[in-house]
Amino acid sequence: MAAQQDDFHRFTGTAGYIASAPLVDAVNCSVALERPLLIKGEPGTGKTLLARHVAEGLGMPMLSWHIKSTSKAADGLYVYDTVQRLNDSRFGGGDVSDIRRYIKLGPLGEAFAATTRHVLLIDEVDKADLEFPNDLLRELDEMRFTVIETGDEIAAKERPVVIITSNNEKELPDAFLRRCIFHYIEFPDAQLMKKIVAVHHPNLDAALLDQVLIKFYWLREQSELRKKPSTSELIDWISALLRAGITHEQLAAHIPFIGALLKKEQDAEALIRFDQKSGRYPTDWKELGPRYNQ
Amino acid sequence: MFLDLFYGLRDEGIPVALQEWMTLLEAVKRGMHGSSLLRFYHLARACLVKSETFYDAYDRVFARVFKGVEGRFDDVTDEVLEWLAEPKNFPNLTPEELAALERLSSDELMRRFLETLAEQSERHDGGDKWVGTGGRSPYGHGGQHPTGIRVGGPGRSRSAMKVAEDRKFRDYRTDVAMDVRQMRVALKRLRQLTRSGLATELDLDETIDETCRNAGEIEMVFRPPKKNDIRLLLLMDVGGTMDPYYEPMSQLLTALHDERGLREFRPYYFHNCIYDHVYSRARLTRADAVPTGELLRSLDERWKLLIVGDAAMHPSELLEGHGGINPHNTSPTPGITWLQRLAGHFARAVWINPDAQPLWDHTYTTRLVQRLFPMFHLSVDGLASAVQALVGARV
Repeated sequence: MAAQQDDFHRFTGTAGYIASAPLVDAVNCSVALERPLLIKGEPGTGKTLLARHVAEGLGMPMLSWHIKSTSKAADGLYVYDTVQRLNDSRFGGGDVSDIRRYIKLGPLGEAFAATTRHVLLIDEVDKADLEFPNDLLRELDEMRFTVIETGDEIAAKERPVVIITSNNEKELPDAFLRRCIFHYIEFPDAQLMKKIVAVHHPNLDAALLDQVLIKFYWLREQSELRKKPSTSELIDWISALLRAGITHEQLAAHIPFIGALLKKEQDAEALIRFDQKSGRYPTDWKELGPRYNQ
Repeated sequence: MFLDLFYGLRDEGIPVALQEWMTLLEAVKRGMHGSSLLRFYHLARACLVKSETFYDAYDRVFARVFKGVEGRFDDVTDEVLEWLAEPKNFPNLTPEELAALERLSSDELMRRFLETLAEQSERHDGGDKWVGTGGRSPYGHGGQHPTGIRVGGPGRSRSAMKVAEDRKFRDYRTDVAMDVRQMRVALKRLRQLTRSGLATELDLDETIDETCRNAGEIEMVFRPPKKNDIRLLLLMDVGGTMDPYYEPMSQLLTALHDERGLREFRPYYFHNCIYDHVYSRARLTRADAVPTGELLRSLDERWKLLIVGDAAMHPSELLEGHGGINPHNTSPTPGITWLQRLAGHFARAVWINPDAQPLWDHTYTTRLVQRLFPMFHLSVDGLASAVQALVGARV
């Protein structure tokens, strides 16, 4: 029992990644129950980074499988390079009778074949075809598959920790969802955001940070925005502010380097119009509404 | 009480299956809830709820089911015990599921559950498990129960309750709000893949077949790649009663324009009802007018018709000749006839209504339009159903 408990508390976040308590629980739950962990969340909330830091935190090697719109489930297991074999048979390039030479394991296949436990990241699973996740069901459940061409069975000696990220571009099939542990990374609140910023910009002036975050959350509250700025954009923006030596007084009345935060033309234009109409930006948390003043 | 959670979630339309329930039991069996209601709240959510759009419903159910639990965790275990003792009460189980459930519901699980709870209550005095700071002060910290004896003492339970009652995921519900991104997700299903066009993709199977037939001499065979074959005609009501819906409508347009998968997409505008002309731009001037009959002639019935509008107008605008309220738009044919023609011409047509569904039946013209077109609400769920009606199998 004690071992199981220890097992469960393995991942606690790393120095470079601030994870909320529910996220830590979800990761550990997925590690202990050996079920894939499905991570969703707004772009720029650190979904992909999570896998790297779970691997680091648990001391496991990591394999990534970045999904593209053309990805097929079978590619993750193995690829049988028929064209190469066809070519070799025609022009005599090596032993064609050994099919194994032409079987190349994909990331999923490699994770199964490995002798140590790996962290496997399946990144942006929603990029692929709608049926893609369904094609992986059996392999993720049983952690084994057969290479049809050779009849070899590849079974996981150590079930990998599977972390799947989704940007929510497509709905995922129910059967797939049922097998996953799910966690939605909420957009960090100001408290957590301060910690996150501290990881990237450790010596930031507190008054400046306050102004930065007030502006940032105020922008996010504007419902007309077509694309809300995300954490990674905030980090970039702060870098720009620091390079330019902007002080918190300067930031109070004006939002410089807006291009770092707003990536849609209409959004940037709307803000410029607001600026020109001598719109006043909030400078205090109190102006942001009850959610920020608890 | 636990069963209440399960059925409560199902009643709210969250698709929780037995498989997920078993995952949760397995997790509880391993003590992952750490005997804290807050962690149980997160654990159960991770295991049972698979979309952030259901987080709000989960919060509501959780708050309802576990309301007043503080300080009487004994009841929880009693009910679990009761339920576990009689898994046969669980309806719709296959024999395998029942067997698996019985394996899980061994006394061992029960003991474990009670054990962790008891363990926690003892440790809570020292407080090395709960919130860390509590341990340093024997008199409690930050509103913790001062003696800190009972499992699920008020401090702890309330925090889970508070999280649930906060309902901060309200914005993620798909039946109310939506943004461009969510609309794009809903529109993703708007597709029908066919092979047509230039043969640019290597057809491996055919290549191998042909090469064998060619006695080993390599013969490449190409085929056209799969492409979306959807052509979409959008007719959008603008102005007047539609003005309050400017934001969702412009978002819908953005989403549709972003949808590069469509083979062809043509948006037109109208005001209140469709007559002999629709307009290629939203300002509806005579210069932008396109004869509706022209659309019927040039677009074949495979085009999908999507009409967006509130369908609420004066009955004469729909039913009488010369009913249009634009002065230059006085079609002798009543609007309803044009709508009938459109509905009859296209094999698949749907109507999206931004008004809330309960309002539809209060408006005479909306009721009439509903007889011609299947009507859906302008929300993520409604949009998804509309797309289903456009491309899905006929029911």
